Amino acid sequence: MTARPRREPAGGDGRYDVPLAVPDPAAEPARANGHRPVAAAVPVPDELDTSATDEALAVPDELDTAATDEPAAVPDELDTAVTDDTPGAVERAAVAPDGPAVPDRPGDHWDRKVATGLAFLRRRLAGEYEVDEFGFDPQITEAVFHPLLRLLYRDWFRTEVSGLENVPADGAGLVVGNHSGTVALDALILSAVLHDRHPAHRFLRLLGADLVFRMPVVSEIARKTGGTVACNPDAERLLGSGELVGVFPEGFKGIGKLYAERYKLQRFGRGGFVSAALRTGTPIVPVAIVGGEEIYPMLADVKPLARLLKLPYFPITPTFPWLGPLGMVPLPSKWLIEFCPPIPTAHLTDSADDPLVVFNLADQVRETIQQTLHKLLERRPDPFGP
Amino acid sequence: MTPGGTPGAPGVVVVTGVSRYLGAHVAARLAADPRIERVIGVDPPESGAELTDLLDRVERVRVDAGSIGGLLADLDVDAVVHLALVSAPDPQHGGRAGMKEQNVIGTMQLLAAAQRAPRLRKLVVRSSTAAYGASFRDPAVFTEETEPREVPRGGFGRDILDIEGYVRGFRRRRPDVTATVLRFAPFIGSTADTTLTRYFSQPVVPTVFGRDPRLQFLHFDDALEVLHRSIVEDHPGTYNVAGPGVLALSQAIRRAGRIAMPVLEPGLSGAAALARSLGFGRIGLDQVDLFVHGRVVDTGRLEREYGFTPRSTAAAFDDFIRAHRGGAVVTRDQLAAAERLVLDGIRQVRAAARERS
Repeated sequence: MTARPRREPAGGDGRYDVPLAVPDPAAEPARANGHRPVAAAVPVPDELDTSATDEALAVPDELDTAATDEPAAVPDELDTAVTDDTPGAVERAAVAPDGPAVPDRPGDHWDRKVATGLAFLRRRLAGEYEVDEFGFDPQITEAVFHPLLRLLYRDWFRTEVSGLENVPADGAGLVVGNHSGTVALDALILSAVLHDRHPAHRFLRLLGADLVFRMPVVSEIARKTGGTVACNPDAERLLGSGELVGVFPEGFKGIGKLYAERYKLQRFGRGGFVSAALRTGTPIVPVAIVGGEEIYPMLADVKPLARLLKLPYFPITPTFPWLGPLGMVPLPSKWLIEFCPPIPTAHLTDSADDPLVVFNLADQVRETIQQTLHKLLERRPDPFGP
Repeated sequence: MTPGGTPGAPGVVVVTGVSRYLGAHVAARLAADPRIERVIGVDPPESGAELTDLLDRVERVRVDAGSIGGLLADLDVDAVVHLALVSAPDPQHGGRAGMKEQNVIGTMQLLAAAQRAPRLRKLVVRSSTAAYGASFRDPAVFTEETEPREVPRGGFGRDILDIEGYVRGFRRRRPDVTATVLRFAPFIGSTADTTLTRYFSQPVVPTVFGRDPRLQFLHFDDALEVLHRSIVEDHPGTYNVAGPGVLALSQAIRRAGRIAMPVLEPGLSGAAALARSLGFGRIGLDQVDLFVHGRVVDTGRLEREYGFTPRSTAAAFDDFIRAHRGGAVVTRDQLAAAERLVLDGIRQVRAAARERS
């Protein structure tokens, strides 16, 4: 896979395309965030050197640490197992960053890849990884799910991200977005984008409908990637422990709306997300996502079939169900994601149960997202443009 | 204050269920505590005698649940520790009907008797995290205040809800008695023999397809410690008792070196029922629900009030693995050897290819 050349900001306003590798000066405390587990470094290098143009600055450092870390990162048991190989590996690792690319020894790069991959596989098979109390498994999220989503958002949807400086580098934050696209792909893309592009590489902990947790396999993946059931105890628990929580208050009304109603925000429910933010004094970061509506344009909703299958809706799109499994391929729309300035709530902690405050704040968030959506749509005249 | 007892520590303690593993260990530990004068172990008459060597300092009384009232009054009991719970139906003791008889009716009669015991000032009841039920809308982590959203399908879970209901009634009628309810996570440890330890001891472990529940375990020794502290100290209220941290079921199986065999959920319920009716295997709907939904509790209150943190779920499980290492199908050494083999193979093939080119 080749990396796409970087796109210049459409309107020339410098907010577009925040540099990937150079952290914002304000983002310095990012290191204090507990979100860079040791294992994080292992799978990343594969990705980094293929996307070399994007990350020209970061590559030498990253490769260097990856190379020297690698023999050290191999846990004790393996050390004894690969004693015969280890000296060689160390030598190569020590040499590789000095000589550029070493064309006469093309083995190094691939050798490292294979060794890292095998070590990763062994750790997985031995159960040597950590899972938090919500079932979040950061290791497999970074090594398997994010690379898949990266292909999707970077190469398929050509996603452009702005306003990342509005997402706190440290501590709790509640990211509230518009929901669209028949299947909730936008939530997954948002979490991958945030982790990849944010200087602090934060994980977004998504809150999902209980339908998600009713389904086998889907529920397992949702928990492993950091999701949990959308309920106030869970939201407050995550926010209380300083996590970045992602929520889509429109729920099924948002993703299940017809194509004709695209980019019209639906009702925001009871505003439970606002009271969770108020109770924990967490800033709310509205985010507008453009592009999700076109991936599976829903032309009709077959209600009887939905009722029969106990689904909230049954979509008919130009490709589904006509083309069968091929109809599941999302259309390659152009995506723009903008994070809006955070709305502080620390001064409102006492009014978490005041319905007026809650509704007003929910309305403010809704208006912000809606206006940002209009602004982004103006910047994207062609939904399937470059 | 009772004569002889240090403040807080009761003089005469009645422990129910001493013929079982947990009860016997708790009674033995209480008997070894100099602050406690008498430890009386109560059993139903037909119970076995397999743990007698532990109980040489414990006075044992064999009495059926109906006549326990006279006993509590005669003995001037200060504290009652109720541990006689059955977590899975045992065909040799009346199956599910016998289990319910002992759990629900037994608790009811014990609490009725305790209510009339004039000197009683402490009641400790063993409960379970099954009290939270199992539902798809459950929060990920249960605190003591979480109400179950659905009544559990399994018999044990329903019994636990009944038992806790009786304890609530008892608290209303005897507010002078310090009542402690301990909601234990499943026990595990090097010596404990429970439904879950038997489950993880099999070489091939059935799981529910598409589900990877989050589990918490409690080391058996920590359970003893918490029970002991509940008796010699005063901790009124309800507490979650579990090892901090979480293991996913798949992760636990891998760490134990076993092989997971995913089964479709309807199939698993059916298979469990079939195994039960054939008389082997004691996996019930309680376990199926646990393996679909998982169960994680917040132990903050226990840590604050008792000043004691049980060893983590992962550490407790490690202790179990060490004791059952013999049954492992895939060991870490084998995995490491396989990794080395594959890596060497790839290196050789690539070296050969390089030489040829």
